[in-house]
Amino acid sequence: MAIKKKTKLKAEIPTSSMPDIIFMLLIFFMMTTTMRQFEGLKVILPQARKIEKVETKRHVSYIFVGRDGVISVDDKLIQVNDVRKVMYSKRVADPQLIVSIRADRNVQMGVISQIHNELREADALRVNYSATTANY
Amino acid sequence: MLVKNRKRKKAEIPSSSMSDIAFLLLVFFLLVSTIDPDKGIGFVLPGKGGEFKVNPKNITNVLVNASGQVLMNDKEVQPREISREAQRLLSQNSLMIFSVQTAENTKYQDYIKVIDQLKLANATRISIADSE
Repeated sequence: MAIKKKTKLKAEIPTSSMPDIIFMLLIFFMMTTTMRQFEGLKVILPQARKIEKVETKRHVSYIFVGRDGVISVDDKLIQVNDVRKVMYSKRVADPQLIVSIRADRNVQMGVISQIHNELREADALRVNYSATTANY
Repeated sequence: MLVKNRKRKKAEIPSSSMSDIAFLLLVFFLLVSTIDPDKGIGFVLPGKGGEFKVNPKNITNVLVNASGQVLMNDKEVQPREISREAQRLLSQNSLMIFSVQTAENTKYQDYIKVIDQLKLANATRISIADSE
């Protein structure tokens, strides 16, 4: 009887630490995810081939430019001249700031170059033009 | 002895479903973290007031007009041929700077196409001039 009992004990798989392991993974993923905070405008992004991924989402802030040239930052519609102010405060808060420009493909370049100038004034020089993968 | 055993069993907290709950949360965050990756063309704008003179030999002017036609060094180039032309210029002069200039009413897509083509040619020194 004594021998039988011993073998029974060995057959069990220890599962008591499993929740701990899973919790650790959970916390890791919770720390690394950033939820999308803002909805933005409806835009049809331009297409490009040489596309790169943005490495971190943490330092990215978005400028939406709608088809008719409306500019939206953090779900607020703003004038072109205010981009400088908004972006400068963001830039001060986060020196690694990347500005992602999500502009409609039919926007006229006049607006975009105004935004360029504003960003240069705000010293936010790292820009990412959001685009979708082109299949030509 | 029997009574003692019973008491002990009641004192235990049921922890068998804990891992299930944790798994559920884990799967949720796994899914959320991969949704909608940001893709686009990376670009660094030139700093403010940094106007400096460059040898005209090292500059290629790329002009884009309102209907999407492209002029490279006063020569019309088909949008798809830009990267080939840029590669040719880069092989002649690796210090070549491409200065992209657009009109007020150029479409954004045409501008992105030009930048894309230049990036395809591995051009690193791309500058943007103020639109006229």
